Amino acid sequence: MTATVLERTEQKTETVRRTAPRTREDVLTLVGAGVGSLATTWLVYTKLLPLHGTIGFVVLGCAVFVAYYAGMTALTRPWPVVADRIVTALVVAAPTLVGLALASTIISTAIKGAPALFHGNFFTDDMAGVRPGDEFSMGGALHAMAGTLIEVAIAVSIAMPLGVITAIYMSEVGGRLARLVRVVIEAMTALPSIVAGLFIYAVLIVNLHFPSSGFAAALALAVMGLPIMARASDVVLRVVPGGLREASYALGAGKLQTVWHVVLPTARPGLATALILGIARMVGETSPLILTSGASTFMNADPFHNPMNSLPLFIYSAVGSGDPRFAQRGFAAATVLLTLVLALFLLARLVVRTKKAP
Amino acid sequence: MTAVLDDDLPRRLTARESLQDRLFVHGVRGVGLLVLVIVSAIGLFLGLQSRPTLQHYGLSFFTEYRWLPSQDIVGIAAVLLGTVEVALVALLISFPLSVLSALFISDWAPPRLRPLLIRILDLMAAVPAIVFGLWVLVVVQPHATEVAHWVSKYFGWIPIFKVHTDVDYPIWNQAPGYPAYQGSAFIAAIAVAMMMFPMATSVMREVFSSAPAGEKEAALALGATRWAMVRTVVLPFGRSGIIGGTMLALGRALGETISVLLIISQAFKIKVNILESGTSTISAMIATGYREATPAQLSALLTAGFVLFLMTLAVNTVAAIIVARGRSGAETEL
Repeated sequence: MTATVLERTEQKTETVRRTAPRTREDVLTLVGAGVGSLATTWLVYTKLLPLHGTIGFVVLGCAVFVAYYAGMTALTRPWPVVADRIVTALVVAAPTLVGLALASTIISTAIKGAPALFHGNFFTDDMAGVRPGDEFSMGGALHAMAGTLIEVAIAVSIAMPLGVITAIYMSEVGGRLARLVRVVIEAMTALPSIVAGLFIYAVLIVNLHFPSSGFAAALALAVMGLPIMARASDVVLRVVPGGLREASYALGAGKLQTVWHVVLPTARPGLATALILGIARMVGETSPLILTSGASTFMNADPFHNPMNSLPLFIYSAVGSGDPRFAQRGFAAATVLLTLVLALFLLARLVVRTKKAP
Repeated sequence: MTAVLDDDLPRRLTARESLQDRLFVHGVRGVGLLVLVIVSAIGLFLGLQSRPTLQHYGLSFFTEYRWLPSQDIVGIAAVLLGTVEVALVALLISFPLSVLSALFISDWAPPRLRPLLIRILDLMAAVPAIVFGLWVLVVVQPHATEVAHWVSKYFGWIPIFKVHTDVDYPIWNQAPGYPAYQGSAFIAAIAVAMMMFPMATSVMREVFSSAPAGEKEAALALGATRWAMVRTVVLPFGRSGIIGGTMLALGRALGETISVLLIISQAFKIKVNILESGTSTISAMIATGYREATPAQLSALLTAGFVLFLMTLAVNTVAAIIVARGRSGAETEL
């Protein structure tokens, strides 16, 4: 007690020296290497060698920069510092590259889709009777948005309860059989989505003569999502501290009470995140839909009859059509899909934040 | 003394579960068994469906490269090779980026920035594959074909970089958009790499961040630079995460369909030239071939799907074993 008080008073009187990891020389080395490499690359690229293209310029520039930076550091510093700086340059470059790629993905999709997006009928109309080359003031993707929502809603209402209850079985009830279930579930998370689609296609549509419809697509999504959701929930439930369960049993609670009042509330934020991310994965999945849902151009809210369209499928057929105007509609639909995923993602963050506070 | 101890046996406890609990346990077990039946039925169905195909075509199913159902010539050698090629090239692209980015998040980034970076990584994992496919098709492909042209021009003597076209043709005389370089395994692999990156990186990051802080501080206190600390503490500790995360992402890459389907120009040929237009993967073949398939061909497609499933299963299992050996996340006690 006295020690901490002493430390506090000492800290107040003593000005803490900032052990800045960077000296002026370090900064100047960095700036010098940057300017030098830019100049050299420009000289080599435009005057000395018959090269052209932006990619080559950037790649060469980065290589020259690392070489200069290492060389200038080596003038005054020992080898370990040089190695540290080379690695630091690479470690900073890699996430920057990926971040630029991600930003480029989102921005280019939004820009290419913007012309179609700014027509209100994109959200209120379907593509019935609209030819690929028609103006953006005709037609829209309402049928695809409705289809995605219906299919995902059915798939989630099948996969989520089954997945969560299976996870409760695996982690809370246990036993030899539960271990077998866990092994099989983990194996089936490896099932590629296209194979899940092919399975539903072969069983439901070819063998049972069920029509290509939204329900078949929803079943394919559920087959794909069930192992993923069960496994994600299992992982979350397993990190609930065992001490909490024991405390609950020691107070005389039964199994159901323990699961309902202790385990699930503790795991709720993690569980919600896992499930919402699972839903986001289902929303964006395309390949099982190609095989199972058919692709309508008209609004169809009945999942059991007639083909149904969905956003991923709409994008795929729009871009595959080869018509530039129709492709732009595809990009607009991709923007909507991205927004939907982003919204689900923000929802997941929100759930975590509000539930974490006691 | 001993007699007393012998008498002092522990009382046998019998905990009678209440009706509520028995209903709960049986109900939950019932659902678990239902899911087990459903899920294993899929595996069994795929396995059973592939029997007639394998009996009919025998081993030639794996060695034949053509896919001509109308002439009863069916084999998956070409698509199998294409699948592995695309996945391996994507692995080569994403692996260094993943390791470096995971290190950046765990050890280089300022602590305040870390949660934001992790969130962006999670968001990237949720971006639909078709969006990355579109991006590569429209934005990346024009530049990637230039890179492919350059590589094949100067390194064409290496078989995998060879492209069967006149690379010395003046650049302005090349057909617009370099058709010989479009839709290659290399370009499809860029999209697949974008799918692999967030998966692999988040596994690696998690393992890197759980490296023992004491050892890291010890290394720094001994005068190690940050890289020396990472090399001696973080990387050896995180080896299982690096391998496991990479393999987990590889399992996903093998089954990736839609972005590959958007990009490649499909061709059923045994081809090691990854920069040359025309390739195919098992999943892309299923997505294009199912429609006009007769029952026999459908069974052949299901067999191909089963083979793909076995591949991803093997990769995922190895990954799970490696990751589990590295850390024990299952037991978290208070």
